[in-house]
Amino acid sequence: MTPRSILRFARWYVREITGASGYERYLTRHRSHAPGPPLSRREYERLRTDQLDRNPGARCC
Amino acid sequence: MSITCTGGSKVTPKSILVWTVIAAVSAAAWGVLALSRGEKVSAIWLVAAALGSYAIAYRFYSRFIARRVLGVDDRRATPAERLDNGVDYHPTDRRVLLGHHFAAIAGAGPLVGPVLAAQMGYLPGTIWIIVGVILAGAVQDMVTLFFSMRRDGKSLGQMVREEMGPIGGAAALIAVFSIMIILLAVLALVVVNALAASPWGTFSIAMTIPIALFMGFYLRVLRPGRVMETTMIGIVLLLAAIAGGGWIEQSAWAGVFTLSPQALVICLVAYGFLASVLPVWMLLAPRDYLSTFMKVGTIGLLALGVVFVMPQLSNEAVTEFAISGTGPVFAGSLFPFVFITIACGALSGFHALIASGTTPKMIQKESQVRLIGYGAMLMESFVAIMALIAASMLEPGLYYAMNAPAALLGTTAESAATAVAHLGFSITPDDLRAAAREVQEQTVIARTGGAPTLAVGIAHILSGVFGGAALKAFWYHFAIMFEALFILTTVDAGTRVGRFMLQDTLGNVWKPIGRVSWKPGLWGTSALVVLAWGYFLYTGVNDPLGGINQLFPLFGIANQLLAAIALTLCTTILVKSGRLRWAWVTGIPLAWDAAVTLTASWQKVFHADPRIGFFAQRERYADALAAGKVLPPAKNLDQMHAVVVNSTVDGVLAAMFALLVIVVIANAAVVCLRAVSAREPLPLAEAPRVESSIVAPSGLFATAAERREPAQVGGGDRT
Repeated sequence: MTPRSILRFARWYVREITGASGYERYLTRHRSHAPGPPLSRREYERLRTDQLDRNPGARCC
Repeated sequence: MSITCTGGSKVTPKSILVWTVIAAVSAAAWGVLALSRGEKVSAIWLVAAALGSYAIAYRFYSRFIARRVLGVDDRRATPAERLDNGVDYHPTDRRVLLGHHFAAIAGAGPLVGPVLAAQMGYLPGTIWIIVGVILAGAVQDMVTLFFSMRRDGKSLGQMVREEMGPIGGAAALIAVFSIMIILLAVLALVVVNALAASPWGTFSIAMTIPIALFMGFYLRVLRPGRVMETTMIGIVLLLAAIAGGGWIEQSAWAGVFTLSPQALVICLVAYGFLASVLPVWMLLAPRDYLSTFMKVGTIGLLALGVVFVMPQLSNEAVTEFAISGTGPVFAGSLFPFVFITIACGALSGFHALIASGTTPKMIQKESQVRLIGYGAMLMESFVAIMALIAASMLEPGLYYAMNAPAALLGTTAESAATAVAHLGFSITPDDLRAAAREVQEQTVIARTGGAPTLAVGIAHILSGVFGGAALKAFWYHFAIMFEALFILTTVDAGTRVGRFMLQDTLGNVWKPIGRVSWKPGLWGTSALVVLAWGYFLYTGVNDPLGGINQLFPLFGIANQLLAAIALTLCTTILVKSGRLRWAWVTGIPLAWDAAVTLTASWQKVFHADPRIGFFAQRERYADALAAGKVLPPAKNLDQMHAVVVNSTVDGVLAAMFALLVIVVIANAAVVCLRAVSAREPLPLAEAPRVESSIVAPSGLFATAAERREPAQVGGGDRT
């Protein structure tokens, strides 16, 4: 555990938990699964947020 | 907290030594708490007792449940792996999922409940928060999560229908919906009580709406997907709004933001409706980012503050209200009402809805239910302990002046001081005025609901670390903002979830309503949901007897009854799957929870004391009304009418909740009897087993053996 590895972990964690890394994961997934050009970042993020319209996560008390 | 993995942990002399020390420290802390009477106790003993007990429970009990009772199987693929679609099903790193799950379960409940329960002293609350979470709350969360995961992430209602039958399923569905309505009303009431006549608080909270709209626009149009950047901008604006509130309060604008409780109710209902019909990207999603960040940040800050300041507790260990049941904050004796009041911090039925929602669809490995289900609930319980500390460090005189109903305290510092003296505590009128001045509020008298009390406690702790007395008012409003922000997020999200449930149910009767995109259906169902909780909120605000005093027990009962439904489901599945000998793991918490909650419901319905029984209260006021008399605290015949209507509605609801749960338990008993007497095991709705190809650690930290395995998912395990 060096300061650098802690920083790297923190950066990774924040990107994961906020969903900032979702688009990269989508691209990787797209390359191996689907034909055709992938969505742009803007299109992908719109789709992702609009999914929440149909499936709102409950927040507890 | 030391967290080892389920696979391959060996008993070494070092681990024996470590666990012996943990056990000794926590036993010593419990001893101090149990034996000190009459002198002030340091909060550090509470923290030590809690953390030590959690560590032991996590290491031994949760492991026993995972391995022996549930039989977690890491070679079996989870729904996230089998059904991976990159949208709702996708394998998520356990630490990330722990964060998501904790943010979803943590809310105002564990902060408000313990503050109210401090009326009975710090000891009953502490014992229940710690013992309750270990044996009941965390067990419920983990077992529900596991069973939902084995059923591809089915919801609580669906699982009850499939494993028990349509009667139990229907009862569970109605219970979930009505419980949600009460929950939203009570939480909204806490916000109203915190913001009424407080221009500083009202301004800061009002500003969160334009801030969220701006963030939504920024994230949608300017910088798609840059959540962290957007949240940071939002946080800066939010802190500016809190600081700006102090300026507004001194300025000519103060009048605009000084709202009556009734006006706030209208604002909240209108806001809830808008939040439910607008697309999520505009308001809901950005607010959720803000509130989650604030929530996790403030809880962390508070934990540091408690350890750093180590406040002394001024509260008694056990007050006489615990025995007499005549406390001003809420009526009723220790059993069952302390358990009802603490609610979420020890056992929360609402978590079963989260544990059977998004989380089970994202787990990588079965054994991770231990970290995510049990672990996250231990964290929530610790939040409750901190709230209890914050409330118990206040001088009892101030605590009762803030939490007794307005009808008892009157409106002046003098009348409140006299009323507090009648309760057997002392505070001078000057001290009360000074306390209000310190946090720059017009008054601290009868600021019920728990949030202001907690905010005074938090301000005390945080100003002890950062900024001293000069920043006390800022920290007070920071704490109010933090609570109001995430309560409102719960209200937004809850309204939306309630609307979906209603659309789904009514869609069975008339198809178009079920269509999510059909606007009239969407508006109609949203309006129904906000009007339902708005009704209880409005009656709560206008209730002469004090809305929190009347409604909070109903909220607690509702939440604990939901827990009873979840525990019943878990027990039924254990019995059906041939694990009768382990059924006590969820059966004992179920028996306790049912005893507590049904006793409380019974008392709320049938108790002869009008302060406790809703119908006795109704009768007393109805008789007086028939004779044309006005009984205090009501001031006129209209208020007398209000009391009669409210106590009737509340009494009917308490009876209905109890009946629904009895139906579910009876249905479960029939299924269990059938399962025990059948030769063949009854069919389960479990998804078939598929071999897993993912390798991932199971505990918070990867063990040496796990590190040697190739990490195929996430890839963050090299640290």
